[in-house]
Amino acid sequence: MFPTLWLQALFGGALIGGAAVLLMLGLGRIAGISGIVGGLLPPAVPDWRWRLCFIAGLLAGPAVVGLVLGRDPVGMPAAGLPVLVAAGLLVGLGTGLGSGCTSGHGVCGLARLSPRSIAATGVFMLAGGAMVFVVRHLVG
Amino acid sequence: MGPLLALAAGLLFGAGLALGGMTDPAVVLGFLDVAGAWNPTLAFVMGGALAVTFVGYRLVFRRAGPLLAGQFTLPTARAIDARLLGGAALFGAGWGLAGYCPGPAIASLPAAHAGTAAFVLAMLAGLALARR
Repeated sequence: MFPTLWLQALFGGALIGGAAVLLMLGLGRIAGISGIVGGLLPPAVPDWRWRLCFIAGLLAGPAVVGLVLGRDPVGMPAAGLPVLVAAGLLVGLGTGLGSGCTSGHGVCGLARLSPRSIAATGVFMLAGGAMVFVVRHLVG
Repeated sequence: MGPLLALAAGLLFGAGLALGGMTDPAVVLGFLDVAGAWNPTLAFVMGGALAVTFVGYRLVFRRAGPLLAGQFTLPTARAIDARLLGGAALFGAGWGLAGYCPGPAIASLPAAHAGTAAFVLAMLAGLALARR
């Protein structure tokens, strides 16, 4: 891997951090995607407007990067449909029960030094690594 | 102003994910595959995001409240319980299966791959189930 790719990843991360800080400064909200999206599902919350706007921006982000880089940054799905559906259910159920995902716990929560987020991030990293090990090295 | 700021934050977030390679499941799975050809990209993305958020939050929290809302809305739960850890384990398992966590999956929707849409629909169903 070239140092320039590290820098690109680091800079991409800094943009994510900038978004989290901006959302806290402006609206006082944690930039956790599962939480932002979850609030749009029933039972309905009154503050749907900022959530929808955030997601609209999120959807547009990769297109802007595509223009800058001159190539599409969005990769192909890495599994077949049945696996993707099962994975989606696990991710939705898990982030709902666990109150956060990579952004809410892994970025915002760790930055707040929240013990819950530190525990959750450790667990989902380990579980993710374990699942990849099983799929690629035991089954595959 | 609030919706506009949320739009800008979402755009920055989505651009950061894409620039950092997180909208490519192969990159994410490469990070989780420590026994294979390990790809450290995700660590750089997370490190960059954490560094900026760590410092930025400390500056923001010096204020009495946010610019465009009444107060900071921060999580109040303190318990490290089975719901938190079990949820995180389920999430991690799904993440390792697909290489998608919620942000990159949603940001990848406009590329119109059927598999991404199926993942996101199932994720919404799972989120709705957890909220019941």
